[in-house]
Amino acid sequence: MSEGAFKKYGKRTLVYLFLILMSIISVFPLYWCFISSCNNTQQILGGRMVPSTHLIENLKNLFAQQDVLNAFKNSVINTVLVLVLSLAICSIAGYGFEIFHDKGKDAVMAVIMMSMMVPFVAILVPLFQMFTKMGFVNKYIGYILPSLSTPFLIMLFRNNARTFPKEVLEAARVDGLSEFGIFVRMFVPMMRPTFAAAATITFMNTWNAYLWPKVVLQTPDSITMPMLVANLLSGYVVDYGVVMAGVTICTLPTVIVFFILQKSFTEAVAGAVK
Amino acid sequence: MTQTSGRRLTMHQKQNLWGWLFLIPATALIFWLSFYPMIRALMISFQGGRPTALTWSDPLTRNYQFLTKDKVFIQSLKNTFTYLIIQVPIMLVLAMIFATLLNDHLLKFKGIFRTCIFLPCATALVAYSLIFRTMFSYDGMVNAVLMKIGILDAPINWLNSPNTAKAVIIIALIWRWTGYNMIFYLSSMQSIDYSVYEAARIDGAGAATQLFKITIPLLKPIILVTAIMSTNGTLQLFDESVNLTKGGPANATITMSHYIYNTMFQKNPNFGYAAAMSFVILILVAILSAIQMKVGDKRE
Repeated sequence: MSEGAFKKYGKRTLVYLFLILMSIISVFPLYWCFISSCNNTQQILGGRMVPSTHLIENLKNLFAQQDVLNAFKNSVINTVLVLVLSLAICSIAGYGFEIFHDKGKDAVMAVIMMSMMVPFVAILVPLFQMFTKMGFVNKYIGYILPSLSTPFLIMLFRNNARTFPKEVLEAARVDGLSEFGIFVRMFVPMMRPTFAAAATITFMNTWNAYLWPKVVLQTPDSITMPMLVANLLSGYVVDYGVVMAGVTICTLPTVIVFFILQKSFTEAVAGAVK
Repeated sequence: MTQTSGRRLTMHQKQNLWGWLFLIPATALIFWLSFYPMIRALMISFQGGRPTALTWSDPLTRNYQFLTKDKVFIQSLKNTFTYLIIQVPIMLVLAMIFATLLNDHLLKFKGIFRTCIFLPCATALVAYSLIFRTMFSYDGMVNAVLMKIGILDAPINWLNSPNTAKAVIIIALIWRWTGYNMIFYLSSMQSIDYSVYEAARIDGAGAATQLFKITIPLLKPIILVTAIMSTNGTLQLFDESVNLTKGGPANATITMSHYIYNTMFQKNPNFGYAAAMSFVILILVAILSAIQMKVGDKRE
């Protein structure tokens, strides 16, 4: 019996050790990046694992080299615009597809789902041409337009609209609320968790986007944080303290959102395939 | 009676109209910015010349013919498939292992482990590319630590030899995406009644039997989804190739998307050729997804 117990406890211990090791590996690069923003190039390359005193110096150099405030402002504006508009457009569409569904709308939904399989890079050339012609290059609208309506968000809202009680719908209609009124006054407040989930994943995707912004934002004063950070490596001599400070500034907002809204994020990732 | 049914029909029609009104903005945007460009891309892929004055190629399939002779394109295709074949299976198996371990009701600190393993998802692709580039640079931290411990005698030039550079990209990708896939598996596992596992355990089924006989068959649809998503994502890799290795050394790590971008924005941009390459990706995504769905169905 003691042998069995040993076998059991030994196995347990191994599982814990494995999970602890994997957790360390998962967290380490970010930890190292954050502490490296307080170190100079020599310390970073030498593998120093604790913060030193160079944070202010790195930030000073970073702000002297790059217009960080402007890029941060662009990222915030782009992200807020996409958040508000895409949630509005996709939530009402998902609601419409589910609540008023019939053969015609189901067919349209199926076609929209197909667009999920279209790789973004496959439409990059014509999209850039169209946006050049319309004068959207280097503008907020050029950045946000392709992310305003995504099949993923429409699907997320449609799947969750299934849980919207029919009785509430009927009662609101009897009370004389318009269809739009029902959506705004009944559905939106009731679906707060879904909106939180959609907002979290949209925030992450928009803040972190790189390929499309790199194509459509070509002037230095229109760039976003990820683009600014990527530029830090282009000099002859790379100051890794500055790079890590930049990466930290770019990453902190998403990491903070991750910790506050982890539950919503988890729901969003898994929610669309329910 | 005719009157009542007539009125009902109008109300139904009214609602129907509202429904269309609700979904038209989203649908119009997708048709305008996704389907229409797709057709345009197909047309452009048969064209050549300066971006502002594209003309039909002669012969029409000229861009596609050139693909087969373009060494960089073939290299980018090979690289992308190397990442796909090595990284996706390792990542999905790891994600499944993590999810299985974390789905154990007796496990303590579950939340902490899950948060840690999921955390890399909060990092921008550009950000983690730069972190890994810094860690694996020739005079960088990884070499310094490995030499200090005594595993290495001399530093490895990770990012400047083809195989190690590919390996670093694959390691970085696994680091970034395993937790993401784990969340899919974990939340599907949580919808499986836990008593099924308890019953299996009483019947003497070990952990492996439970995994292969209960979990994986029940999770097949979600495994399929993650496989298709990962394939789709890997075929479009861009940020890592651009920022981690800059496609080098000598195009040994360049991805198809990276090459398409270069073709669009080099000194003599060639939109027609870029569109032809992007259409290859579209077709590859379609074929691979179809295969995966077929395979996924057969095991039923």
